[in-house]
Amino acid sequence: MSEKRISIAVAALGGQGGGVLSNWIVEIAESCGYRAQYTAIAGVAQRTGTTIYAIELYPEAEINEQDPVLSLMPVSGDVDVVIAAELMEAGRAVNRGIVTPEKTTLIASDHRIYAIGEKETMGDGRLNGDEVRSSLKKAAKNLILFDMDKMVLKSSSVISSVLFGALAGSGALPFPRDAYEETIRKSGRAVETNLNGFDLGFTAANGAENKTCTQMHTQLPTSLDNIGQFPEEAQPIITYGVHKLVDYQDADYAYDYLEKLSGINEPELLSETARHMALWMCFEDVIRVADLKTRAERSDQIAAEVRAQSGQIWYGHDYFHPRYEEFCDTLPALVGKGMRKSGFWKAILNPFFNKGRIIRPKTIFGYLLLRFVANLRWFRRFSLRFKEEHKRINAWLDLIKTHADNDLSLAHEIAKCPRLIKGYGETHARGINRFSRIMASIEQEKTLNAAVITELCDAALLSEKGTEFNQVLNNSQLTGLTGSDAEKGEFTWAGSS
Amino acid sequence: MAERSFKKEVEKLRLGEGDDFRGEGILAVTKALLQSGVSYVGGYQGSPISHLMDVLADAEDIMNELNVHFETSASEATAAAMLAASVNYPLRGAVTFKSTVGTNVASDALANVSSGGVTGGALVIVGEDYGEGSSIMQERSHAFAMKSQMWLLDPRPNLTSIVNAVETGFQLSEASNTPVMLELRIRACHVYGRFTAKDNKVPDFTLQDAMENPNRDTSRIVLPPANYLHEHEKLKKRWPAAVEFIKENKLNEILGGNQKDIGIIVQGGLYNNLIRALELLDLSDEFGNTDIPIYVMNVTYPVIDDEILSFVQEKKSVLLVEEGHPEYIEHELNSILRKAKSKVMLHGKDMISDIGEYTSDVIKNGLEKFGTEYGVLNDVDKPNSIIETIDVPQRPAGFCTGCPERPMFTAIQLVEKDIGSFHVSADIGCHLFSILPPFNIGNTTMGYGLGWAGASAFNKDAKQRTLSIMGDGGFWHNGLTSGVGNAVFNQTDNVLMIVDNNYSAATGGQDLLSSKGEHDKRSTQHSIADAVKGVGVNWVKTVRTYDLVEMHKTLLEAMTTKVRGPKVIVAQGECMLNRQRREKPIFNKKIKAGKRMIRDRFYVDSETCTGDHSCIRMSGCPSLTLKENPDPLKTDPVAYVDNSCVGCGHCGEVAHAAVLCPSFSRVSLLYNPSLWDKMKSSIRNGFIGWMQAGVEKKRHARFKRAGLL
Repeated sequence: MSEKRISIAVAALGGQGGGVLSNWIVEIAESCGYRAQYTAIAGVAQRTGTTIYAIELYPEAEINEQDPVLSLMPVSGDVDVVIAAELMEAGRAVNRGIVTPEKTTLIASDHRIYAIGEKETMGDGRLNGDEVRSSLKKAAKNLILFDMDKMVLKSSSVISSVLFGALAGSGALPFPRDAYEETIRKSGRAVETNLNGFDLGFTAANGAENKTCTQMHTQLPTSLDNIGQFPEEAQPIITYGVHKLVDYQDADYAYDYLEKLSGINEPELLSETARHMALWMCFEDVIRVADLKTRAERSDQIAAEVRAQSGQIWYGHDYFHPRYEEFCDTLPALVGKGMRKSGFWKAILNPFFNKGRIIRPKTIFGYLLLRFVANLRWFRRFSLRFKEEHKRINAWLDLIKTHADNDLSLAHEIAKCPRLIKGYGETHARGINRFSRIMASIEQEKTLNAAVITELCDAALLSEKGTEFNQVLNNSQLTGLTGSDAEKGEFTWAGSS
Repeated sequence: MAERSFKKEVEKLRLGEGDDFRGEGILAVTKALLQSGVSYVGGYQGSPISHLMDVLADAEDIMNELNVHFETSASEATAAAMLAASVNYPLRGAVTFKSTVGTNVASDALANVSSGGVTGGALVIVGEDYGEGSSIMQERSHAFAMKSQMWLLDPRPNLTSIVNAVETGFQLSEASNTPVMLELRIRACHVYGRFTAKDNKVPDFTLQDAMENPNRDTSRIVLPPANYLHEHEKLKKRWPAAVEFIKENKLNEILGGNQKDIGIIVQGGLYNNLIRALELLDLSDEFGNTDIPIYVMNVTYPVIDDEILSFVQEKKSVLLVEEGHPEYIEHELNSILRKAKSKVMLHGKDMISDIGEYTSDVIKNGLEKFGTEYGVLNDVDKPNSIIETIDVPQRPAGFCTGCPERPMFTAIQLVEKDIGSFHVSADIGCHLFSILPPFNIGNTTMGYGLGWAGASAFNKDAKQRTLSIMGDGGFWHNGLTSGVGNAVFNQTDNVLMIVDNNYSAATGGQDLLSSKGEHDKRSTQHSIADAVKGVGVNWVKTVRTYDLVEMHKTLLEAMTTKVRGPKVIVAQGECMLNRQRREKPIFNKKIKAGKRMIRDRFYVDSETCTGDHSCIRMSGCPSLTLKENPDPLKTDPVAYVDNSCVGCGHCGEVAHAAVLCPSFSRVSLLYNPSLWDKMKSSIRNGFIGWMQAGVEKKRHARFKRAGLL
């Protein structure tokens, strides 16, 4: 195998600028007395797919009358440097067999660009990055892995310049730093920012690789005094819950919460119940949404996320589409119930709810409108939605408590079931529907065990149509309930009471 | 208008005798055409030769200086028919397209020009879209060369060889009165390399000469009795002439060493992969010096019998490296050897994989078998470290950020929610990505522009109509007649949705009849809707794709209306990829210049997002992605709009149309605000800030009362 030749592969997603990077590498190589060949596979790959660029360099000094025969694709076992612009693409390069422990320096960005398969799932479909990281370590001779996307933001440049810097910093190529920077200058496009990106990449690469990891807040906020009655392990979750509830409603609401929790002693079950009940008790009604939309810290969050310059003027146009149902939900329980049923009122009022509205919370009118709704918080306890949700919560809680003693694992699964209830409008109705049917089956079929519930929940999160969910119901002979259509929400359960 | 501009690169086309040319394969091909004194060039874009068309378009001035006529043809058939100019006159012409799909379209004209034969050199440059990165069915152009008897060149993938192939291709064509196909694989089209240039040639016989002094030879026209004469000519005259020329000029090469008993025969285009494979087995150095003799077929059709026979002489066995299926060359070699009663053992697909691209790795595996069996390799020690495959996500091609075609398919999702699912006949173009997640919409695709034709059988009264999709590219390519004309004539009751991107988007932004932009050398801005009405469709609606509500309404109406007969919806929205390329720089310039500008982008409230991701299932926009849930109680990730968002507005439209959630917000960033802007915002911020402070105080108090502070 040739020692003089340098083979480089660049793995990137369409639009990440793998071509720019490859061209830079070709230019620096030629300026440093190397013969360079480069090729790529364009085509559909450019449209969000993955592309791989193959570059081969050969020292001019070693070329006499015969030209070297250079490869048009990376060949397994023969690649000196692999550059990957995203974590999973580094993994894919390893799967291609072009990263080898004898030869290959792997330079990769540690950030994730999620694939549609990961994004579209109703729960959490993200693949495990840590597994990939550890396999990368095993696969490469030396690995340079850090979050280059952070540096892109920091330098407001593009990832190709950070990668170029990392390549320079890695010392994998026999070229001096200034030659790299000269290449960027010659390109003449966004030179300043690209050089900043390059510099960040360079320093990170020849310094120690810095791992990124997300941590949950370790510093626990103070909590209510009578939280001490609960076992140690469950207290963090409960504390978060308490804070959320006070923020959502008031102290009494938080006390209700603790009240409801008492009687569950097994720590794990308690934490799981506490987690889901806190979220459930903070159901997102129009009052909650309006409250969140009018908060001061939200403006700062938005400004940061959209990268507004300090002091830059911006306006948010928030998309709302409350339906007649949500309107009824906020009315006093009895009135709301009546109106929701009454075709008469629906016919009259529906026109006001059949199209979406755009509200601008940073204008005085928009703010006051939302604030008015948010101020209905005091009234929430009397609203129809509140009554209905709590009826369900209590029924669910009873079910947990009744099974806590005889079948702990089942109780545990029941506690986790509210994860099916998500979203607004029809999405929410769908969740309620599937949740309710599971609860009802537990009540009817005394024989049900935890495994079935897990299977049901997972199936429920597989598709909106609910084909898989119905399948599982059928398989476990819960046919009494499969009749009602899983797509609509008319089937709701609130305990056998 | 094209996705990529070659304005700078095309200056290299002016290089002269002895200059060092550096650039992409396609640019080298263009230079080679000019060096061979070509008179006319035509073609139809499509990967991997899209960029060749872009280069030619950008090089039009230089070509005019050389009196070369370049034309972006309406279709591959149009391009191939252009070669008619070389039938009666000593004019050199070249056409180019994607293969095999383009060659399929062109084959009628190609068969005719091959039958009658040519006087001037006729070159057909095909981009062989096979193997990794291919977007079409896996077939070989070789079949077309054989069936119509066109000579097929497959040069070694370095610029010098490719340029030679172009030049000798014209000579071969003239020497044998036969059109010549030049096959370039995907990577060869895009390879960056170098060669020594020659001066460009102005053709001495010009198109004007031909137009002003026409001459006619009816025996060149495919009609009895001439067609029988042509068959005779093909075998008795043109074939021998070609063989003579190929041998004379040594188009095929014998490289490598002089090891007695074995040898390798390889398609020129695979030479580099073969050498690398040999090198990895320590059978060659990096310059291709090896003991094993290699017969490089830079011409893969016709096969030169006596070159083969003399190469295999005294050999025990030969390995043929031929990519693709069916193995036409292997069949031919076998029959040559058989007829010559040769004892040589011919190996090929039996040792190298019979399916898929011949990468160096694939060839290496074959060589290991071959080498060990014939004693050049003492059985190779396989690398025992088998890499455990990492679990990585599939990355199916999808619509770009802000793509105007996305709302069309969201609208289809919504309509299917309303009236149940229906049959969708898809076409070729970016819109075919609809068959992939998250949309998973579409039943079949029968070829470019054939979207509506693909649904023509479903012409019965039924409770559900069928929907067909067609791009503007496919529409002008043939869809107007094969789809719309056909539907009118046969009075279908079905619906067609035509995607109008302002130009051919998928192939890289080439202009079309219906391009919105002005074009100094072409006539554009011809309305698709008018064309459709012109052939007799009465129900025609034009919709802005981003207006999801309207899109949804119109499609629902088309699928359910009482009106009978063909229905066409023209869905308009400029390709966002190209639009951004064009407008971003302008936008930034204006900001620098101090003009008041507004930039929109979207934002999702992590607090109100419940992590159900239905917004993603109805969009699939790359910029609409996930992030960790900020709420320690929640585990599922929330939706999040990253900074690549171009503010097309689809997220919000979906949230409204599908009644999803109140988490979406369009944020308008104001650059260089006017005095009035500043005043308004300071008043607003002042008031709202004061209110918020009050609310905050109350909230604070709430926490205090609960003893949490």
